Amino acid sequence: MSAPAREVVLGRIGEVSRRSDAVPKVTGEFAYSSDLHAAGMLWGHTVRSPQAHARIVGIDTSRALTMPGVHAVLTHDDVPGEKLYGLEFRDQPVLAIDRVRYFGEPVALVAAEHPEQARRAAEQVRVEYELLEPIVDPERATEQAPLHPDRPTMGRGYRDDERPNVVRSLVIRHGDPDARGDVSVSGVYDVGIQDQAFLGPESGLAVPDGEGGVDVYVATQWLHVDRDQGAPCLGVAPGQVRIRLAGVGGAFGGREDLSMQIHGSMLALHTNRPVKIVYSREESFVGHIHRHPARILSEHRATREGRLVCVRVRVLLDGGAYASSSTAVTSNAASFACGPYKVDNALVESLCVYTNNPPCGAMRGFGAVQSCFAHEAQMDKLAAALDIDPVELRLLNALESGDVMPTGQVIAGKLPVAEVIRRCAALTPPEPEELPRDPLRLPGGSGNTTRGEGVRRGVGFAVGFKNIGYSEGFDDYTAARVRLHRTADGELSAEVHCAAAEVGQGVANVILQTARTELETEDVVLAAATTSAVGSAGSASASRMTWMAAGAVQLACRDALAEHRRTGSDVDLERTYRHPRTTPLDPETGQVTGERAHVAYACAAMRVVAEVDVELGLTRVVWIGTVQDVGRAVNPSAVEGQIEGGTAQGLGLALMEEIQTRDGLITNASFTDYLIPTTLDMPPVASELVEDAEPDAPYGVKGVGEPPTVVSTAAVVSALRAATGRELARVPVRPDDIVGL
Amino acid sequence: MNIELRVNGEPRELEVWEGESLLFALRERLGLPGSKNACEQGECGSCSVMLDGKLVCSCLVLAAQAQGHDVVTVEGLAEDGNLHRVQEAFAETGAVQCGFCTPGFVVATADLLARNADPSEDELREALSGNLCRCTGYAKIFDAVRLAASR
Amino acid sequence: MRPSILSRPPSTLRAVDVLSPRSLEAALLLKAERPDAVPIQGGTDVMVELNFDRGRPPTLLNLNEVEELRGWSRENGTVWLGAGLTYTEAMEPPLSELLPALAEASRTVGGPQIRNRGTIGGNLGTASPAGDAIPPLLVGDAQVKLVSLRGERVVPLHEFIVGPKRNAMSDDELIAGVHVKPVSGRETFMKIGPRNAMVISVVSLALRVDGDVHAAFGSAGPVPTLVRASTDDVHTLPERVADAASPIDDVRGTAEYRRHALRVLTKRALERCLA
Repeated sequence: MSAPAREVVLGRIGEVSRRSDAVPKVTGEFAYSSDLHAAGMLWGHTVRSPQAHARIVGIDTSRALTMPGVHAVLTHDDVPGEKLYGLEFRDQPVLAIDRVRYFGEPVALVAAEHPEQARRAAEQVRVEYELLEPIVDPERATEQAPLHPDRPTMGRGYRDDERPNVVRSLVIRHGDPDARGDVSVSGVYDVGIQDQAFLGPESGLAVPDGEGGVDVYVATQWLHVDRDQGAPCLGVAPGQVRIRLAGVGGAFGGREDLSMQIHGSMLALHTNRPVKIVYSREESFVGHIHRHPARILSEHRATREGRLVCVRVRVLLDGGAYASSSTAVTSNAASFACGPYKVDNALVESLCVYTNNPPCGAMRGFGAVQSCFAHEAQMDKLAAALDIDPVELRLLNALESGDVMPTGQVIAGKLPVAEVIRRCAALTPPEPEELPRDPLRLPGGSGNTTRGEGVRRGVGFAVGFKNIGYSEGFDDYTAARVRLHRTADGELSAEVHCAAAEVGQGVANVILQTARTELETEDVVLAAATTSAVGSAGSASASRMTWMAAGAVQLACRDALAEHRRTGSDVDLERTYRHPRTTPLDPETGQVTGERAHVAYACAAMRVVAEVDVELGLTRVVWIGTVQDVGRAVNPSAVEGQIEGGTAQGLGLALMEEIQTRDGLITNASFTDYLIPTTLDMPPVASELVEDAEPDAPYGVKGVGEPPTVVSTAAVVSALRAATGRELARVPVRPDDIVGL
Repeated sequence: MNIELRVNGEPRELEVWEGESLLFALRERLGLPGSKNACEQGECGSCSVMLDGKLVCSCLVLAAQAQGHDVVTVEGLAEDGNLHRVQEAFAETGAVQCGFCTPGFVVATADLLARNADPSEDELREALSGNLCRCTGYAKIFDAVRLAASR
Repeated sequence: MRPSILSRPPSTLRAVDVLSPRSLEAALLLKAERPDAVPIQGGTDVMVELNFDRGRPPTLLNLNEVEELRGWSRENGTVWLGAGLTYTEAMEPPLSELLPALAEASRTVGGPQIRNRGTIGGNLGTASPAGDAIPPLLVGDAQVKLVSLRGERVVPLHEFIVGPKRNAMSDDELIAGVHVKPVSGRETFMKIGPRNAMVISVVSLALRVDGDVHAAFGSAGPVPTLVRASTDDVHTLPERVADAASPIDDVRGTAEYRRHALRVLTKRALERCLA
């Protein structure tokens, strides 16, 4: 049964390269954050609010403290330093103080010898709540009592919106927003709450160092920002909190915000014992931020020939209880609201509000997913109104390098929108399959609901785009450190340090391929990512990590090599790479205040064939073809993997994925009721890459993770519309919507 | 309570709390964390192991139910230091991204190929429909299954 | 941080007794002594309760080692299904030819891992409105055999399930198995879920044409429900099935959709079985 060892291609830039972690991952040896142990370790458990909005009258931990095996029960009183933290705004209590604002908000912590003891003790933490009316309708949030009276997001250069519960409001005025066309189409589009649903639940191990500091082994997307949020709350210097990257079981934005980092550290420092916290699946669903649900009102005005004249869009995002990265999502939703099209006149209003619904933040596609769903539905609607082929309509209006975005930003880099459209339209879908078929190959799948009755086929098309990297003046950088020496036989050997989080996307290989390419040696190792050995890498987010890590490692390798050649001795140096600088948007006009608000853009087009049982509202996506603008593929196999996986997540949002709530309480926090696509839901994906090197990027790379997710929700629903003739203005599309109930 | 079972061919004896799953016992008591804890309700397949030659979710087996039985985990597939052909194929085709689902898929695929040496597209999709992957969209996992089957 | 091994469990954990009898007689003795013992077979329901911290039964009665509960056989023109029969076994010929709707229903249960462990007896014991095996058993006129130290009794399936997740068993009884009539005509099973595998049913339907027409639905009322018709009035059956349902709105679907889907499913099932 055993296979002989095969030659492993290590790979340089542009070559298919086997993942450096593939073998430990297939054997089960790879240590994820939930797999860790330390001698004398305790298990931590988080007591969470069962209410969406309530005043805390009192917390009684006395009984829990007497439970067997319990070593600590902590509340907000025990937070040693700052009581509040936050990814961008400090608006979130480490442990709820006098009020809970969302279902599942952490209120207390328990550490015990066995997880069962921790659970039982958690049950005995008595929290008395006085219920407050939850704000659950984002449309009404700006008229209700403020959840954060101190307005934590204001005074940061955003438009000063006086209304209560505004996280951010942004208006982009471009040209003449009242310009009229020959034809106008409009629609109201809704996007439900999607969850990252990574398979590895939040977990980590905090180990006290005996000197007041702590080592935290955790699955995260950005080690240094965890440290910088955690240290003030723990009342220690940043250097005393060492964040060490443990194996990450997927991220997709959901690990940008903190989970157990401060909690585990508090328990560890309090008990002077290592403390492990592993969230259950249910806790994971309530314990992290989600994709923002959105309502988008769009109007597209065009000439009779199909040229867009004016686009007017209002975006309403529900940010939930805390800000997280909502301000950036608000801006992204606005930036991409008009789609990858030339639009001379536009009015885009984007508003994100605080509510008592589940908090929202980063998820793959970050504001562009919601916008794409709306603008592509509008383009299909416009094509129908004008009786123009939908692909032709998109080509006619396609953005290109040198064009001006509604923010006034001139697209300086590459954006081959027309090319991805043309090549994608040329991909050939398979012929319809004959009947009879196994039910697995029909809508409803193993449910055996049709032998072909009610089944219609539809072909859909969509185009989407998104920014690469952090925007609006954020000082975004990545550090890399290279240690070079000659081995005894005279070969160059390198150890690379970079805190870029390998979350599954393959950045470890990007780093290794870059170093091998620059140093022209195979003898390169990547050291474990930790805050204690190298500067910040920034976040594994915004499709930025490949670009940024390659940039930093390239820079460090080149300088290290030069230094080594000059001195002939061992080298240990660190370099920091920055992408082209961005500047904020004008708070009143939404126009760029410098050369660019976004670093660069990437686009993708997608064609989808779906079969729909129109009587039962069930679906089967048959085939997906996509062409994506990637700049340059560092590792083509990994790029395909990102496209296929990103497409699956967008398909999930189109067809099945939604966090459901009732009065702010999540009602489907399990894999039984929050459904993600299975092997019987994902079709084959034919993908082609457009490799047109991005001028400002190392090796011409762009990020690849997000465009497939941005476009696939829109493309799948486009196919369902084609099959059913229904408007389907809400995702996920429910059987009721297809049937017309 | 004390239980005895065979794990990856070795007789093991261990003390468990009666309410614990086989998954917990494997991960936390036997030092075999390869079986993963993603949902603990049989909806994801990440904890898949072979119990007396049958593919099961170890999260849904009470540890005490494994008393006297034979368990093979992902850690038990490689032989003499060589990867199992399924493991080799997963590493080779790019079927692994974050890898959290990988052990479960590897065990399920090994079980499939042991029963059906040359599965059709439908057969392999159905056989793996109890395993969720959030990263890959499954395409490269199917490539891995076909590659392993071809060897 | 290398994985290492947790020390022995603390002795202060609350006791849960696990009893693993090796014969039906021993199981019945234990059940009589410990009427609060929760039977566990494949664990696909009970373990979720344990893992999700929803319940801590003082005693678990592990039935895995009870040989008498396994397998199936033909008995006097009926099919005997042991309570420990797994879904995987129900999908294999020749049993799948005798009870095709049960085989089709089994194919819709979870993934292969669940089908390898989950049992017919467990499905009956849980008595969920969404139990996938129940509609096919209802159309096969299943008779549930309950055993205890007091003796045995046979309860028709439609009387066995008395409410959502409630059945007619006494505390000292166990399910031995069910007698089902093999199909002589045609039957089918259909289940609706929001994705194409691994779903709890939004609504399901089994239909058998065997002289008369028997339809049974799941997930559209407090209990799976049987509706009978003669072959003469099949045209009214879709409406009658929909009328017999009392569905609710929940996270998996709306009442209106469930009723609608039942009409469509019944019509299609009739076409399949009368063709």
